[in-house]
Amino acid sequence: MTTSTAPKKLKRGDRNVDSSVRGNPVWRWVFYAVLTILAIMFLFPVIYMFASSFKPDNEVLANSQSLEAFLPIPFNGLENYADAFERAEFGRVFANSVIISASIVGLGLVVNSLCGYALARLDFPFRKLLVGLVIALIIIPFEALAVPLLYMGAEANMLDTYQIQILPFIANPLFIFLFYTFFLGLPRSLEEAARIDGAGPFQVFWKVAAPLAKPAYATVAILAFLFAWAQFLWPSIVTRGVDVRPLPVGIGVFQVTPPIAWGDIMAYTVMMTLPLLIIFLIFQRQFVQGVASSGVKG
Amino acid sequence: MTIPDLSDAPEVSEPLPPPKPKVGFSRPDTRAGLLFVLPAVILLTVFIIVPFALAIGFSFTNQRLISPLATRFVGFENYIDQLTDALFWKSLWNNARFSLFVVPVQTALALGLAVLVNQKIKGRVAFRTIYFIPVTVVMAAAAVIWVLLFQQAGLINGFFEVITFGNFSPDWLDDPTWAMWAIIAVSMWQGVGFQMIILLAALQDVPAELYEAASIDGADTWRQFRNVTLPGIRNQLIFVLTVTTILAMRLYDQPTLMPNTPGGPIDSTRTAMVHMIEIGYNRQAIGRGSTVAVIFFVIVLVLTLLQRRFLREGGAQ
Repeated sequence: MTTSTAPKKLKRGDRNVDSSVRGNPVWRWVFYAVLTILAIMFLFPVIYMFASSFKPDNEVLANSQSLEAFLPIPFNGLENYADAFERAEFGRVFANSVIISASIVGLGLVVNSLCGYALARLDFPFRKLLVGLVIALIIIPFEALAVPLLYMGAEANMLDTYQIQILPFIANPLFIFLFYTFFLGLPRSLEEAARIDGAGPFQVFWKVAAPLAKPAYATVAILAFLFAWAQFLWPSIVTRGVDVRPLPVGIGVFQVTPPIAWGDIMAYTVMMTLPLLIIFLIFQRQFVQGVASSGVKG
Repeated sequence: MTIPDLSDAPEVSEPLPPPKPKVGFSRPDTRAGLLFVLPAVILLTVFIIVPFALAIGFSFTNQRLISPLATRFVGFENYIDQLTDALFWKSLWNNARFSLFVVPVQTALALGLAVLVNQKIKGRVAFRTIYFIPVTVVMAAAAVIWVLLFQQAGLINGFFEVITFGNFSPDWLDDPTWAMWAIIAVSMWQGVGFQMIILLAALQDVPAELYEAASIDGADTWRQFRNVTLPGIRNQLIFVLTVTTILAMRLYDQPTLMPNTPGGPIDSTRTAMVHMIEIGYNRQAIGRGSTVAVIFFVIVLVLTLLQRRFLREGGAQ
């Protein structure tokens, strides 16, 4: 180790990392002990979910006072998973969630980035007014709109459809604002060069600006997906049958008639959680950056 | 052709200044701009502005979801009904007591975690990942997992029975004293990782020179934390505090999914949103449901304005 204090370039992740724990070995052990206890507190429900999903329904609560609760004993194979597919029509409900979330994220990326780009770069009447409006709309929480939207959906005969679960969430003022500030921060020179070469506004957007905005697209995609996949309140009031119902609402079928089939429910939650968990573990860096930048706006 | 012949132009070392905007708007820009914003403007209008206006309008009527009777203007009747309804106040109070505990504790916890995983030690990325994992568990799934944990014969009571020698084993979700605590536990477990990441990013943006200067001045770790770290992450802390308060106002999934009856037992977990959905959806009273929505919006608005005010005061220092 060098003790030189000469300014040197720090690695990105290392910049400004607190170094008070280095050196003293006792502190180091205490420190790791604290980190590990916390890790157990965060992980035990997830491990318990996995373990319970392989137990027979009536054995899930059998040994709550021993560590065996965290082991898939007695092992019931994949029976609970089969039950989840049969009783809760998991396949159908999962497909519904994929269709709804993918539509919200995909269409949302196009609509919100086009709007954010135009607000940042193009000159048109009422542009400034629209920027102010978008910022004002961020404040309105969706819940404040749920009741009148339910009325509108019923009037338009759109209850129990995919559309009623997708359309209200495509345009999002917060995401428009994220794109707007991101495009404002990009240097103009490349876009101007492209325009001098004769590219029209759409080509400039599609070929020059959008590729440069990949981090903004990643952030918005992740935040929009986290939000869309977790939606509960809205689908629970606009869907009735299993046909268009997404995962968080579909779980309700288990809770109607006791005895509660805990094994089946845990199999269902495992299959509901796993896709997002895997996506998170693969795209961890983007996730962390996306979440972090949602706080930058302050 | 108006393309200038650049071959005769004097060599310049810097790029040409951007063309001065002409008076008025250039045609292709105006057309493209309007086209680009059109889908968003239509969707925002139909799905935010119109329902928002409807919420305000309906809140003064006796509008119902489906009704043969004509809708009637009722003035402030709905507002008076709500503001004199003990159940409405009980719901708000449940939001309040949830926030009074969760907002400070969860924020402090998030900050603690952020400081811990910001240490330069082996494995900090792994720990950060583990602490973030619950965020990827959808709230509906998290609620159901914790319902299982909080069963009378469940794992949480198993733990308490061991450490209290069998003296403490409430039926969490069926006991008005404890149901809210079960909801608090799952909410913090699921939410704290998100805030940890926001605060971690803030910690890493505090200029390293400030720490160097402080340690040259002989400030110990605690004083560095108080005098450098906390002021450095002030804005994100305010952000986290407000967002958590607003999220606490929106509390709906957990009190709906966890107790045997939504908002139960004995309305001990009934929140403003449970109250609103019960009126506006279950009882199909769109008018009165809209009234609750408008009051809810006003509370969120006040919280947001308070946040902006705090931020501005910080900027003026």
